[in-house]
Amino acid sequence: MIISLNHYLVLSAFLFCIGVAGVLTRKNAIIIFASIELMLNAVNLSFIAFARHWGDAGGQIFVFFSLVVAAAEVAVGLAIIVVLFRHKETINIDDVNLMRW
Amino acid sequence: MNFGPIFLFLIAAGGVVFVALFLNRMLAPRKPNPEKLSTYECGEEAVGSPWIRFNTRFYVIALIFLVFDVEVLFLFPWAVNLKSLGMFAWIEMAVFIIILSVGLAYVWAKRDLEWIKPDSDEIQAALRQSSQTITDK
Amino acid sequence: MNITYNLPAIGTQLVLGAGVILVLLADLLTGKKNRDVAYQTTLTVLVLAGIICVMKWGSAGAGFGGQVFGDGFASFFNLAFLAIAFLVVFNSPNYLKRNEIDHGEYYMLILIAVLGMTFMSSAGDLLIFFLGLETMSISLYVLAGFHKSRARSNESSLKYLLLGAFFTGFLLYGIALIYGQVGSTNLADITSYLAGSANPLGGYMGVGLALLLVGLLFKMAVVPFHFWSPDVYDGAPTPVTAFMSAAPKAAAFAAALRIFYDPAISLGLPWDKTLWIAAALTITLGNFAALAQSSIKRMLAYSSITHAGYLMIGLAAGNELGASGMLYYLFTYGFMNVGAFTIAWLVNRRGEGNYLLSDFAQLGSRNPVMALLMSIFMLSLTGIPPLAGFFGKLYVFSAGVKAGLIWLVVIAVLNSVVSVFYYLRVMVIMYMREEEGLKDLEKAPTVAITAILCGLVILLLGLFPGPLLDLARESVLSLL
Repeated sequence: MIISLNHYLVLSAFLFCIGVAGVLTRKNAIIIFASIELMLNAVNLSFIAFARHWGDAGGQIFVFFSLVVAAAEVAVGLAIIVVLFRHKETINIDDVNLMRW
Repeated sequence: MNFGPIFLFLIAAGGVVFVALFLNRMLAPRKPNPEKLSTYECGEEAVGSPWIRFNTRFYVIALIFLVFDVEVLFLFPWAVNLKSLGMFAWIEMAVFIIILSVGLAYVWAKRDLEWIKPDSDEIQAALRQSSQTITDK
Repeated sequence: MNITYNLPAIGTQLVLGAGVILVLLADLLTGKKNRDVAYQTTLTVLVLAGIICVMKWGSAGAGFGGQVFGDGFASFFNLAFLAIAFLVVFNSPNYLKRNEIDHGEYYMLILIAVLGMTFMSSAGDLLIFFLGLETMSISLYVLAGFHKSRARSNESSLKYLLLGAFFTGFLLYGIALIYGQVGSTNLADITSYLAGSANPLGGYMGVGLALLLVGLLFKMAVVPFHFWSPDVYDGAPTPVTAFMSAAPKAAAFAAALRIFYDPAISLGLPWDKTLWIAAALTITLGNFAALAQSSIKRMLAYSSITHAGYLMIGLAAGNELGASGMLYYLFTYGFMNVGAFTIAWLVNRRGEGNYLLSDFAQLGSRNPVMALLMSIFMLSLTGIPPLAGFFGKLYVFSAGVKAGLIWLVVIAVLNSVVSVFYYLRVMVIMYMREEEGLKDLEKAPTVAITAILCGLVILLLGLFPGPLLDLARESVLSLL
């Protein structure tokens, strides 16, 4: 069996959808965050596959930057979650409901 | 590339694990007593539940590590290509590292590298209390 | 390898970047005593960056092999971001001290956010655009939660972060698919691919562009991706809200124009039909939700959704008048919003988290100058001539008519009439309502100066809209 570009793209799309489903269904802020990371890394897989397909380093460089952005986002995100936990003693997003539209 | 053998290998590996665990279950004698069922902690008595909340300081330290760890990622491709990139890339990376060092200096000056933050209110209160007792004695 | 770096193309960004480090170090060294050094350094950096931006106006050209552009378009938006940031920072110490969140990091984060925005407006590559967007967003997440001890601020920050990161995923996926189709993330390559292709939306391109657009619409807070903005704006510290409602929105529109504004692109895509629906929904929903609010902060939040809808008309029109009208609109809108939010927190007397329209009662007799300025902002947001808000709407609407979006413009005009009700309600409360036991306003010279400056700019740009519009038109031409 030959692993082609499409295999990677389908895998990436699946991982992305799992991430989206996680964000939409879970209640724990940290799990939601992990799901978002899964989405970003699924995209990274697409980038790598495309970079290989085009024989171009641009996609790999993009992955570098998106990894760093994801790390910064996690750092800020977990800090915010820690602060929230100190207030509420919970990180269930259903309890984060002071403001409602 | 042909991934067929790898797939067979994966199945074989899974099978070995399954068979080993299953045979163990079948053959081993089962005579449980409370001593055997307790958690093994290198011979120490286990105290309390392991399902406790971690100190949030772990998060802070981990986050600081994570950020610096990932930023260093940029050094690898730069180091490989340094000769062909020339002087400008060298200066760029120097600036990048200076920015990172400023970040580290910031964390250091804010005392987030220390496990116990000396300027938190509770610690200060505790310190005052203990120095009080020492002087009282 | 020979790349022309052309550092002047990112002169403004270099000053801002150096400024971030400088403010951080200055605050570390002097922060124990007070924040004055950090505050003054920040203002100096913003002014310096503004001077560089004006000196190199539109003449710096492309830098780093076409990755960034120092063209007129970038200069126009950079100046707008710097002006908004300057006004917000200028009156912040008062607010920060009042709420006991007077930390030096505030100034640094604002500078970082502005740095991200300047990269968004001058990006020549989707990579630079993405990095600029994230630099801006991540510092805004922190700024929204800057009031650490208040649960509402935490909540605002968490909502912004989770939703923002979620939509970043979509945006990034869009970029990946575009890269997959074109083989490059450079905007010039993408444009020439779209122009040269018989079926521009074939392959991964259609989905890629759609996902990229979704990410941008989220940052603009356009329906159906608006749900975060009232809560985030409500919970964030008010100067941050003023900043967030003006600058990042402008940055998102700047990036959208950078990426999508090209006749070759807008002709080939089902552009106007997609945006038509989004614009109509945004305007109507924002307006009717604003009618129901009793908090001035939430009212202004919904009003900013409505204004994003008006701006969408310019984007949907896709012609030169629309684009230059958007530039004019965004520039003046920043001043109106910063002015209105600044007066709102000065007038507020129940503490954070409890902004009521009734706080404005009797402001007309308590402080006539502030009441007059607030009236100017409200009238300008409504779009009453001869204030700047009127001309912004006029240009954008006439661009819509020119592009044949007659019904969309009709909807927008009808909605403008509805909006008179909630904007003028503030004035009615200020001048007509009597209430017992009102205190005098706190003496805050920086706030007064900010509000007066904003009011003057709106009045002047309303009386003499020509020069700014010409500048906007020139800037748009530099995009092509």
